[in-house]
Amino acid sequence: MRNGGRWVVGGCMAALCLIGLSIAAVGQERTLYWTGLILFAIGVITIFGLIRGAYDEAEGRPRRRRQVVPALMLAVALGTVVFHLASPWWWGPIASNWEYIDFTISLTFWITGLVFLAVVVFMAWCAHRFRHRPGNTAHYEPESRRLEWGLTLATAFGVAALLTPGLFVWDEFITPPEDSQQVEAIGQQWYWSFRLPGEDGVLGTTSTRLVSVDNPLGINPDDPNGQDDVVVQSGALHLPVNRPVTVLLRSQDVLHNFYVPEFRAKMDLVPGMVTQLWFTPTRTGSFQILCAEYCGVQHANMRGQVEIVEEAEFAAWLGAQPTFATMYAAAGRDRPTAVASSDGSLAE
Amino acid sequence: MVDVTSDRAIADVGDAAPPAEVPEVDLYHAKSWITKYVFCQDAKVIAIQYGGTAVAIGLVALVLSWLMRLQLGFPESLSLIDAEQYYQAITMHGMIMVIYLLTALFLGGFGNYLIPLMVGARDMVFPYVNMLSYWVYLLAVLILVASFFVPGGPTGAGWTLYPPQAILSGTPGRDWGIILMLVSLIVFIIGFTMGGLNYVVTVLQARTRGMTLMRMPLTVWGIFTASVLALLAFPALFVGCVMLLFDRLLGTSFFMPAIAEFGQQLDHDGGSPILFQHLFWFFGHPEVYIVALPAFGIVSDLIATHARRNIFGYRMMVWAIIIIGGLSFIVWAHHMYVSGMNPYFGFFFAVTTLIIAVPTALKVYNWVLTLWRGDIHFTVPMLFALGFIVTFVNGGITGLFLGNAVVDVPLSDTMFVVAHFHMVMGVAPILVIFGAIYHWYPKMTGRMLHEGMGRFHFWVTFVGAYAIFLPLHYLGLMGVPRRYHELGNMPFIPESAHTLNEIVTVIALIVGFAQLLFLFNLGWSLRYGKPAGPNPWRATTLEWQTPETPPGHGNFGRELPVVYRWAYDYNVPGAAQDFLPQNMPPSRAGVQTHV
Ligand code: HEM
Ligand SMILES: [Cu+2]
Ligand SMILES: [Cu+2]
Repeated sequence: MRNGGRWVVGGCMAALCLIGLSIAAVGQERTLYWTGLILFAIGVITIFGLIRGAYDEAEGRPRRRRQVVPALMLAVALGTVVFHLASPWWWGPIASNWEYIDFTISLTFWITGLVFLAVVVFMAWCAHRFRHRPGNTAHYEPESRRLEWGLTLATAFGVAALLTPGLFVWDEFITPPEDSQQVEAIGQQWYWSFRLPGEDGVLGTTSTRLVSVDNPLGINPDDPNGQDDVVVQSGALHLPVNRPVTVLLRSQDVLHNFYVPEFRAKMDLVPGMVTQLWFTPTRTGSFQILCAEYCGVQHANMRGQVEIVEEAEFAAWLGAQPTFATMYAAAGRDRPTAVASSDGSLAE
Repeated sequence: MVDVTSDRAIADVGDAAPPAEVPEVDLYHAKSWITKYVFCQDAKVIAIQYGGTAVAIGLVALVLSWLMRLQLGFPESLSLIDAEQYYQAITMHGMIMVIYLLTALFLGGFGNYLIPLMVGARDMVFPYVNMLSYWVYLLAVLILVASFFVPGGPTGAGWTLYPPQAILSGTPGRDWGIILMLVSLIVFIIGFTMGGLNYVVTVLQARTRGMTLMRMPLTVWGIFTASVLALLAFPALFVGCVMLLFDRLLGTSFFMPAIAEFGQQLDHDGGSPILFQHLFWFFGHPEVYIVALPAFGIVSDLIATHARRNIFGYRMMVWAIIIIGGLSFIVWAHHMYVSGMNPYFGFFFAVTTLIIAVPTALKVYNWVLTLWRGDIHFTVPMLFALGFIVTFVNGGITGLFLGNAVVDVPLSDTMFVVAHFHMVMGVAPILVIFGAIYHWYPKMTGRMLHEGMGRFHFWVTFVGAYAIFLPLHYLGLMGVPRRYHELGNMPFIPESAHTLNEIVTVIALIVGFAQLLFLFNLGWSLRYGKPAGPNPWRATTLEWQTPETPPGHGNFGRELPVVYRWAYDYNVPGAAQDFLPQNMPPSRAGVQTHV
């Protein structure tokens, strides 16, 4: 390269460094900060390369044949780390007791991240160090028991370190506390309904076969426990903060999944059976329920709402909701001795 | 020098071994143009037929991925497809990629081409059944394609086809699409079974003299083990499909419980949706390895050849393949941690899943250790092999997240999963396929692929695909579910997530178009490529030692090769040249190797 060209490129790179530094200094967001630093680094590295090129040329050394493959592989590895650190896309603040899950994910990121870096950087280094050059021959060595078993054991150890805490937290996840409050979330194409126990504290029995226009949630009209159940047909599920809750999940048609990202918990709804998950809400606020199991065309629009409120507010809200008995009566029936026939109409 | 296989080796054949002749009459001979190029029983032609068909249908899946990405990147401004078509697109894209492209290409394509050549056989053991296998596969593809043209279009049930949704009216393609999909899968499995039996029996029965199991190239080990897995795993999908078809057509209730669909009572009762998931994943998880094991095998051979070094730890590599294959049958429910199955299964499946990581990691170490102290030529196949290692490690470690039951809870069914499986069973095996095509194209055609185009193709594909799928993990960490045709209003995601989606879409289009350059290269080099000669990479395995290039009918001329050593004698100290072909007698090799 001619010297004039070198100065032009060098000048641009110096400008790039300055721009990068100012972006990093001014930027409020993590992304801007890291973008600035990366620009700065690119500038510095290029300037360094230019200077080295100038020296080589002045001393009449032949142009170095650059091998870009190892450098680019290294760049991919480091780029991954930078992306990870700079990413503004990350889980939002947690709103339940499952911070252990966050912890296990972070732990997994650390351990596996180090392994990823180690493997790829070592690979890039090998690609550089053992690239084909005149006189380089490969070393013939079919195997090394010590090395292979050593690495195997180290991996097994790392895997155990990930798994062990995971299993303890899983045990907790699948074991709802005795004193948790039970509520029910019902999914159907493509909306959510909810049911909470009334004063007796017990939910009445249900059956998909009982679902009809008058009894959209299929609650057993003959079950005394079900009469005072609170039914939330449209609108948000309210729950008191800091009280463990077990959500019983029931679907009337296809698979759905009850997922609230802030609670870190999800579970499928399966027609024909009742599934469950539990958590303790830890802060008040309004959270979106997403359906996370494909359930047909409107899957992406099947959203619901949970409001986490103080205990008193919860009690007030609960008292204002209709019970099954009043709703069923309003639908124009007395307590019937009805049996559902398979076409869904109620035979008197 | 370690004596790798002497315990198993057929007694030292030595130079005195008589030629391994096979009487001409045993071979199948084409009598006309039709039987030579169309209804052909030569495994090499069948391989190309399989490969061509798989790539053609794969292009459909690629175009579908553009449509999906355009929808995700620009949900408002572009309205190319609606929700219904989006679901049809993901379903067909996923199913085509996994089954009709990757499975067919690795086993039907590479398996057919490489197994007979690499083990020193004249052809597959059952050539006629082999031919039938291809035509049945083609039929399956045609049935699949037909579903695009029936009323209601193809099914939009997701590639997992979970009932009850798959056969109910809330899902697109419920009338015809789902039926054709199930029939196509059933036909595919029938076709595969014929081919798969062939691959397995050929490896077990038709190896040439001296080719002990522990001297086989890892490519053969990978394809062989994958075929065994497929023969054992596909039947689970087969019964799943048949029963689902019965539920749909005959009104049975294998998977259908009592259902009130939009308030209407259906006649089904008593079935179990979760049973289908068990059947599906009993097939589905081994399927991951049906795709991965051939890739593992092939990439081992690419690395060894182009780094001029013996594959490091051959015996461990073989055992790792076998152990992974075995374990892959007892991890399936890691796809079902939040499915509502008995939660105590979680303990068992989390443990087995993380155990499988150990032999897998060992394979990665051994690939990298093969590079270590090697003599690395940055040929195009080597570039793809390096790209494979990076993407496979990346996708493998996110598997440790999803396998660890409780960590899977927030991540399951989010974009994190989409990113994970694309990295590990989409991008990584596809990179190996490309590397393998650059590697073996010279043998198949006698000409080299154009190197400059190859490098360009590699960098765009590798860096591009990595840049597509890396960020998607982070959308998943935020909580964006998969199979959403648009994000809609999600309070927890920042505006920048939409920008990210746009960028990813643009990269996906660029990567997609780079594949057209590859296809062009395939055609261009056929005519104008540099003549390759019989063994351009100076490789040791038998397919490079054929008397003709491309190999003629019967592969090896009059005499079958006799094998004296394993497949990895590169740079043996004291040897006459930097590679010793497997069939080179010790007297000519200049050194006595025992393996
Ligand atoms: C450039 C290449 C590719 C792009 C841009 C791409 C893009 C996508 C997109 C956008 C989805 C839908 C995600 C969602 O909404 O849930 C998807 C799903 C999927 N893709 Fe790909 N893909 C590519 C290559 C592949 C390959 C090579 C495979 C082979 C394993 C593959 C297998 C799948 C599967 C199995 C699904 C899931 C379908 C479902 O949810 O039912 N893809 N892909
Ligand atoms: Cu859904
Ligand atoms: Cu799996």
